[in-house]
Amino acid sequence: MRRVYLDHNATTPLDTRVLEAMKPYLTEAFGNASSPHHYGRLAKQALEESRETVAKAIGAKPEEIIFTSGGTEADNLALRGIAYRKGKGHIITSSIEHHAVMRTCNVLEKDGFTVTYLPVDSQGRVDPDEVKKSIRKDTIIISLMGANNETGVIEPVAEVARIAREYSIPFHCDAAQAVGKIVVDVRELCTDLLSLSSHKIYGPKGIGALFVENGIELSPILTGGHHERGLRAGTENIAAIVGLSYALKTAIEEMDSYRTKVSPLRDRLESELLDRIDQVEIHSAKAKRLPHTSCIGFASVEAESILLHLDLEGIAASSGSACTTGEPEPSHVLLAMGVSPELAQGSIRISFGRENTEEEVDYTVNVLEKTIRELRRVSSRWNTSQSFEWTSE
Amino acid sequence: MVMAGESWKDLYKKPQEPNTRPRGPILFYNDLVIEHFTNPRNVGELENPDGEAVVGDPSCGDQMKVSIKVDSNRIVDIRFKSYGCPGAIATSSMMTELAKGKTTDEALMITDDDVIISLGGIPERKKHCSLMGVIGLQEAIKDYHKRLSA
Repeated sequence: MRRVYLDHNATTPLDTRVLEAMKPYLTEAFGNASSPHHYGRLAKQALEESRETVAKAIGAKPEEIIFTSGGTEADNLALRGIAYRKGKGHIITSSIEHHAVMRTCNVLEKDGFTVTYLPVDSQGRVDPDEVKKSIRKDTIIISLMGANNETGVIEPVAEVARIAREYSIPFHCDAAQAVGKIVVDVRELCTDLLSLSSHKIYGPKGIGALFVENGIELSPILTGGHHERGLRAGTENIAAIVGLSYALKTAIEEMDSYRTKVSPLRDRLESELLDRIDQVEIHSAKAKRLPHTSCIGFASVEAESILLHLDLEGIAASSGSACTTGEPEPSHVLLAMGVSPELAQGSIRISFGRENTEEEVDYTVNVLEKTIRELRRVSSRWNTSQSFEWTSE
Repeated sequence: MVMAGESWKDLYKKPQEPNTRPRGPILFYNDLVIEHFTNPRNVGELENPDGEAVVGDPSCGDQMKVSIKVDSNRIVDIRFKSYGCPGAIATSSMMTELAKGKTTDEALMITDDDVIISLGGIPERKKHCSLMGVIGLQEAIKDYHKRLSA
């Protein structure tokens, strides 16, 4: 069966060059980086070289890089690390964050912290002025994502970070989707904490990093040995760390060719869909977006049904909609943007990768056209006197 | 009370373990559910129906429209339209198959479990979907009775 993978914001395949770089550390160079003998030294050397590579890629110093088990842990370490260090206080974040940030803030609220979830405009952007207005005397951290995983919208990170610095409040950026796709330089962005992930940029899963600027003090969330400056206990996963550093370095070196590859594919998909299907909306179309992400809403059909039809035709895409993820509500990102629950429920995300082709876009558009036609034929919400309002009869 | 439902229940009740294991390209729906989803039976709206209803599932926003044609108390034709996930579409489709040809009293006894069993099982968290079809049918029959007494 023909297979088309269009879910690169979920995860990417491992680059074979990355795999080759990792291989020795899965076999002969298996040592524990804390061991003083030959095996340990080999591992330690790879660990520190990788740290330098990652640091250089984002404009940081090597000692400012803490390896974690992924983007989620990096987000947790940043938020909980600051919160537990301070003990109490106020947190500012946005209403469109990834669950790794949002749910962590939800839990911190239960622990007695107060959280402001900033609204976004219809395109999904946070207003820096809103950030400024929300700052309180007891604000301990401001956290804003670099680019949204569902819509690809690029947030005004530098502006918000500068406001945070003006008030001497630590600023955290979840850059899991942004790194490798747009230029991310921690000094230029003025960020104090920055999370990144490996498997979104053709690296292995289970590895990520948190940039912690010198002078920012965190409480560890995992305690144990003295690994990672005492901020993240646990024997380092050297092979994965090598994979992350290699993937990140490669993504940055090849960013231009990546963008010129995926951006026309995304544009072609969107213009063809708008041309050929009625009542389609491209979310965040007016905002600056990542070059490979498209979030598309189809009136009167439900996303999981679209995705199953696509899957049956070999196309892998995704959605943040209720039934797909088992969430009781449609995508919190789209709802925060003011998209109607009904359209949010019928929205899917297509995220391209460098291996996709124009021909795959055409195939996908054809399948989508057929799918939407069929689902609307069956839909009780399509072409009826019923309004398209969210109903709860 | 005559258990009018017994005969058809036996007809559809295949002793089969609910299949929730991955099969082929599909994460968790079995082949019969997929078949009803991609090729739903009795789709549409009847002209001059004897009973009709629009119902919704507040838990997920799904919606369904059912219309029936009744002759001598027997459902001779039925059509549906559903907005919702594959589970909602497949269970709506199966519900129409179960209801067609039954007397209204027999049809009122169809349960969500009957629909699920007839489909050979459905994933746990999709079980609520089947209720919408059953309630849609019951509301359409109620509407039929209301029209009769009007």
